[in-house]
Order: sequence, then C-alpha cells, then structure tokens
Amino acid sequence: MSPEEAVGRIESGMTVGIGGWGSRRKPMALVRALLRSPVTDLTVVSYGGPDVGLLAAAGKIRKLVAAFATLDSIPLEPHFRAARERGDFELVELDEAMFMWGLTAAVHRLPFMPVRAGLGSDVMTVNPGLRTVTSPYEDGEELVAVPALRLDAALVHLNRADAYGNGQYLGPDPYFDDLFCEAAETAYVSCERVVDSAEFADAGGPQTLLVKRYAVTGVIETPNGAHFTSCAPDYGRDEAFQRAYAKAAADPGAWREFTERFLSGDENAYQTAVAAFTKEGA
Amino acid sequence: MSTVTRAEYCVVACAEAWRGDGEVLAAPMGTVPRIGAQLARLTFAPDLLLTDGEAMLLGDGPGVVEGWLPYRQHLSLVSGGKRHVMMGASQLDRHGNQNISCIGDWKRPRRQLLGVRGAPVNTLNNPTSYWVSRHSRRVFVERVDMVCGVGYDRAAAAGPSATRYHRIPCVVTDLAVLDFGTPDRTMRVRSLHPGVTAQQVREATGFALDIADDVPYTREPTGTELRLIREVIDPEGLREREVPA
Repeated sequence: MSPEEAVGRIESGMTVGIGGWGSRRKPMALVRALLRSPVTDLTVVSYGGPDVGLLAAAGKIRKLVAAFATLDSIPLEPHFRAARERGDFELVELDEAMFMWGLTAAVHRLPFMPVRAGLGSDVMTVNPGLRTVTSPYEDGEELVAVPALRLDAALVHLNRADAYGNGQYLGPDPYFDDLFCEAAETAYVSCERVVDSAEFADAGGPQTLLVKRYAVTGVIETPNGAHFTSCAPDYGRDEAFQRAYAKAAADPGAWREFTERFLSGDENAYQTAVAAFTKEGA
Repeated sequence: MSTVTRAEYCVVACAEAWRGDGEVLAAPMGTVPRIGAQLARLTFAPDLLLTDGEAMLLGDGPGVVEGWLPYRQHLSLVSGGKRHVMMGASQLDRHGNQNISCIGDWKRPRRQLLGVRGAPVNTLNNPTSYWVSRHSRRVFVERVDMVCGVGYDRAAAAGPSATRYHRIPCVVTDLAVLDFGTPDRTMRVRSLHPGVTAQQVREATGFALDIADDVPYTREPTGTELRLIREVIDPEGLREREVPA
C-alpha cells in the first residue's frame, strides 16, 4: 500500500491515533501524506511531536488529545505552541499515564480505567467531562475514571513489517504502537523495509514482534519514513534538519519557503530535498 | 581544591535529595539534578537505579546496562512508587503546586509551555522534588496558572486517594534548599547556599517565606565529591552553564 492509499481511507472528522513519542519513531511519511490530502477536522491522539506540529500548522486538527508536544532535543514544538496561543484547536490535556490507560481501556473494550493520576491537578478542571469512580471494596478509594481513547484509525512506523501486517521494532523502546493499533478500527503500519516473515528471527528476538497482523489494515514501505524523528537502530534523529524545521516554524515567511522546498511534492520529492539539504550541510 | 562554585553546591544539594531512598529509580530532569543523582549513587546512595535518559538502566562501569525500562514500564514504576523524581518547574507556589503546562488562561495561553506531561502521575504516586535553576518571582508565585504537579493543599482537598502516596521532599534552587516542613505544609527555607542571604531569597520569592533566624548553610562538598563532580561526572563543566557563577 502507498502512503496515499492508506491516507485515502481516512475521512475528515475521524479520530486518528499517531504512534511514536515526541520526536521518536513517528510515522512522518504518513503524516506528510495527510498534509497532501484534503482530510481535515481531525481529532488527533498522540504523545505529540512534529506530527502534531505539522498537522496543526496545516490547520487539520479540530481537537488534540495529548500530554505534551515536544521535539525532545528542542523542548517546545513550535507549531503546537503557536497554534495553542492562537486558540486554533480544542485540547484534551491528559497526564502521560492517563493517556496510556485510556488507550489500554480501548484495547480491552472497557469504558474506562481507574487511575490515581489526575486527582488534585487541573487536568480535572480543564477537562470538566472527566469523572471519578469509587472502589466497591473496603478501601473505598475514589479514583479517576480515564475514558477509553477509541480510535477510528492508527498510524504507526516500525523498523520492519511483513506483507501481512506483522510489525517488528528493533530500537530500545516499543513506545505504545501496539496499543495504538489495537485501540483502532483500522491501523496502518509504515516501515523501513517490508520483509519476508522468515527474516524476522534474524533481526531480533520474538519480543521484538510488537504489532500483530490481526490489528493491522495496511502495510506501507517508507524507507526513511520516520525522518526527521529517530528510528533506532536504522537511523537517529536528524538534528540539523529538526533545527531548520523549528527555525522556519518561528517565522511565516520562512515557513512558506520550508513548505515549498520540502512539503510541496510527494514522499520521493521530500526525500530528495532532504538529501540535498544534508549535502549542503556536509 | 579551588573554591566551590554555586553550581557545585547545587549539585550536592540535589544529591542529598536522594539520600536514604534505598533501591529506587532516581529520575533527575535537568543537568544539575542529573549530576547530583550520579554523585549520590557513586557515594552515599549506591543502591539507586539510574537510566541513560532513554530506555536503559545503567549498571556499574562505563557502558554497562543492568536493565530495560521503556516508557510503558517507566509509567508502571511511577505508579508502583519505587522512584523519586526531580522535575523542573515554570511556576511553583507556597503549597508546592507546580506548573509546566502554560502561562495565562489555559483555554488560550499567553505562553504555551511543555504541557502537563507526567506531573500529575508523578506527584500522586512517588516522591517528587523540584529543581529551579533561577530562583525568581516569575517562578515562585502566589498561585500557579495550571496545577500540573499537585501541592499539599490540593492533594488534601482531593481526598485520601490523592494524599496516600503524595510527598514533596524538597525544592533545590540556585539560592537555597526549601521544603514543606512547616506545620501547615507551606514552603520554608531549609538551607541557604553559602554566599546567599535570607533577604536575597525573600526578594526573589513571590510569596511570604518561612526562614528561621538560625537557618543553616547548605553543606560543603567533601574532597571526594568535588573530585567526582569535576573529573568523573561532569569534566566538561555543563553544571556551570546551568548555574553560572
């Protein structure tokens, strides 16, 4: 499946979960395909990074569910910050753990999960819909009932996948990509390389087989498809490019130039422009 | 040994935050807390666990990995309480409420910051200390714009599930060490870094602060500690960039 075909199945108004974490193993090629598509009015659910930034800059987010948006080596995601300060979209600001348990509830087809996190904090006041639940046991504890974060679609990027949708991560952290896929009606896995299932065993132990084919709708081969976020061990974050992205994001004129140079063509054009950028810096 | 710098007093004060914690994860955020946690482990708190800032638990010796802690397990560890985190703070009030999310009205902030991140889960589940590299009235405010990390008053108001594991052991700044050792759990100065006056701290704090007349100075680093800081943990002097002399 091509990035265009995957994104072609996403409709305006859908709730879309995006895997990875901050500026780490984000399905950026699929996000770039979303930018090229007419899809808009999205509810985006993400441990936010430049995925959130790019979609916010393109005005495609109606509502964001997140605990943060960061570029990691640059603490603040510049487009996210600007969009928030303009009041561009609705925000459901959850704690990092509440977010994980919301996804987990959806995976288990439960309406909510009880968590201690959130009590006493303004997460409860900025999300007036959040409710608490009282333990029916002797302790009688009152806890936050984090609602399930059900997704219409999930987009994740892994190191390897086979044509059936089995996905393998080879870096130090799975992040939450399996939860995103299982919490979603449809899930699209982009990967550095589509391999024969027989090749999985040589690349890593069975515990690296994170995503199962029953939870995956489509597989997309996108080499360098997490760029400019990290995709260890295939490649690290492109810090020079990320700095250029953040710098351009701070100024409308510079952002127009950045968009023209990198985001006006297809994925091949993007990768070609990135290669030229890298060569200039060398 | 040459004169101890302010940054080195801060490192020692941060290290002291983890004294007596036992076999828990020390989770420092910021350069000075990271150096402090490493110093604690190399000296008086050898049982502490430390990560590489990503998913690996570091063993003894360069490059040795003793365990794996991806984000999902890290979040479980937080809830299980075997952790003492030292977070940053864009705002902090006299009850220990902390803000890293945004400045101004949350609906349309004047300044969007990091977002709430893990501050709510941290503060309700494991000891949470704070590091403030520039002690000022902008940080130490009467009331924070958004409560991310929960303070003593807000935890008490939220009930027993909120207070059960809630604890803020200390706040380390470039001027002083503070804690909540007062009867009403409001902030007080535990020690001043050598060279800092009580008046200086009062002027840099946006609320009334309890400072005893006989408040002690932050302790001196030992010779071994200074050698470890300067030669082993931070030979490049990154600490001096976070807390300029």
